[in-house]
Amino acid sequence: MILNKNLKNILLVIFATLILSACSTGKKSGSVDGDVYTGKETVKYLASGVPDRVFFATNKSSLTTASRATLRKQATFLRKNKKLNVTIEGHADERGTREYNLALGERRANAARDYLMTYGISGKRISVISYGKEKPINPASTSLAWSQNRRSVTVKVN
Amino acid sequence: MKKLFLIFFLNAFLINKSYALIEVDITRGNLDPLPIAVSPLHVDIKSEDYEDIKIKNLGSNISEIIENNFRSTGLFNPLKKEAFVQKPDIAHLKPRFEDWRLIKSQALVTGKILIKDGKLKVEFRLWDLAAAKEMTALAFTTTPSNWRRVAHIISDKIYERLTGEEGYFDTRIIYVAENGPKNQRVKKLAIMDQDGANTKYLTLGNELVLTPRFNPTNQMVTYMSYFRNMPRVYLLDIETGTQEVVGNFPGMTFAPRFSPDGKKIVMSFAKDGNSDIYTMDIESRIVERITDHSSIDTSPSFSPDGKFIAFNSDRSGLQQIYVMRSDGTGVKRITFGNGIYGTPVWSPRGDLIAFTKMRKGRFYIGVMRVDGTGERLLTENYYQEAPSWSPNGRVLVFYRETKAGAKGEGFSAKLWSIDITGYNERQLKTGTDASDPSWSSLLSK
Repeated sequence: MILNKNLKNILLVIFATLILSACSTGKKSGSVDGDVYTGKETVKYLASGVPDRVFFATNKSSLTTASRATLRKQATFLRKNKKLNVTIEGHADERGTREYNLALGERRANAARDYLMTYGISGKRISVISYGKEKPINPASTSLAWSQNRRSVTVKVN
Repeated sequence: MKKLFLIFFLNAFLINKSYALIEVDITRGNLDPLPIAVSPLHVDIKSEDYEDIKIKNLGSNISEIIENNFRSTGLFNPLKKEAFVQKPDIAHLKPRFEDWRLIKSQALVTGKILIKDGKLKVEFRLWDLAAAKEMTALAFTTTPSNWRRVAHIISDKIYERLTGEEGYFDTRIIYVAENGPKNQRVKKLAIMDQDGANTKYLTLGNELVLTPRFNPTNQMVTYMSYFRNMPRVYLLDIETGTQEVVGNFPGMTFAPRFSPDGKKIVMSFAKDGNSDIYTMDIESRIVERITDHSSIDTSPSFSPDGKFIAFNSDRSGLQQIYVMRSDGTGVKRITFGNGIYGTPVWSPRGDLIAFTKMRKGRFYIGVMRVDGTGERLLTENYYQEAPSWSPNGRVLVFYRETKAGAKGEGFSAKLWSIDITGYNERQLKTGTDASDPSWSSLLSK
């Protein structure tokens, strides 16, 4: 089972890399749509098929269709695991001022939290924390890295 | 901080300024710095060593610090000592003006030090070589361990006499020292003298710390810490090391700054995805909400008279700079240029606001008048932000980050300073990578 999961992740990463190398120009270049990341690289899973994070456009905190789908999966997962609490970490890319990015990360984390709450998850089970631009998942200075860093990540706390 | 006792003034402050022939114009970029000779301070033969301070080199060490200070302004050109024509003790009594003029110097600094009975006695004189006159002189006594500050105070007095403006050398800079790979940075609060000496670390690096700012009236600092994973604004006394959370907010507080009288902290509080500006009175603990808007309002900065607050907000869509009365009324947008604007910081003189501007993937540090007119961009780079003013409003210090490679390699964060004329950009010496600088007011004021 664990082996299977790992294998699946590795395959996804390979797949994503293939797409990336296959087309590196154009508006919908590989795993970035507009400037929202749509790939699977860096993504972890709360459970099989439940991605832990959603991605945002530059300076934005609105949820894309794909993000909402991800959050609905998280909501389903949280409904099944009633004793589980989570923290949503909000992050920004490095291309803004530090203080504004702290606020932006908080706004992104709350966008995800609000959506989970509309699917019946109690706000008491979801805390938020913003890290602004302080914790990039991808340290490169490329637009792909920045798109992966503009994220909110749902983390189990118990 | 040990107290510095001013013992007695020599006559020079009484000299009428109109007699001075040398004047340094600092209102524009100075491309022709004033040649100045800083003689090593003469060491009185009755001097004794004090603890680990060797009296033998102290005179030249002090003069070197003064020279470094002058060089860093871009306004002065300290001349090489090899060319000096008189011994320090003789020059201090009465320079042979015509000989000093031969080495093309326009001003001469001389001085004398004595360490006796655990006390450091210092005197110095500034000479106008063309006019063959003493321009200023000062003597004071302090503890020998203050010898670096002695050099900075002398530098301030000479700077003031030659430029007509307050100096900024006897000051410190607090900043965030950074270590480790880009995606696992360890950050500590650090403090150093303005010239990079005497670095001390104030936190251990166990938790993320950001944006330290000096109280303009004393040695208190406000900053943001992720202590216990609760991002909050803290108040820190750097003399005693005691610290406390500011206010009792049920969520993240950030972007703190003191009011000009040092009695309030203005900051942002983020709740349910919305950041607004609040103040807290340090003594009474009374918290006031200043803005109430569904957009992000942050990076507040008081005007030096305390009547206004500049801040940035994305209420128009993207970050722009706004000014309001300090009670939150009369909000007015002041930036309308191309690009987005952040981190407004009011000059201690009150006439300018420094800011960060982002446009087409480049970052600028600039200044504008407080109504938003007269924007001047001083420096452009890949990434830089967070300007902080020297206490005399002449120089900005900020931090700059470099572009990183695929694994984060090549990344660095350093402190830089630039004159508000846009000239004299230079990197500050720090032992580690560094960000979020804040300049103190003059220590000896």
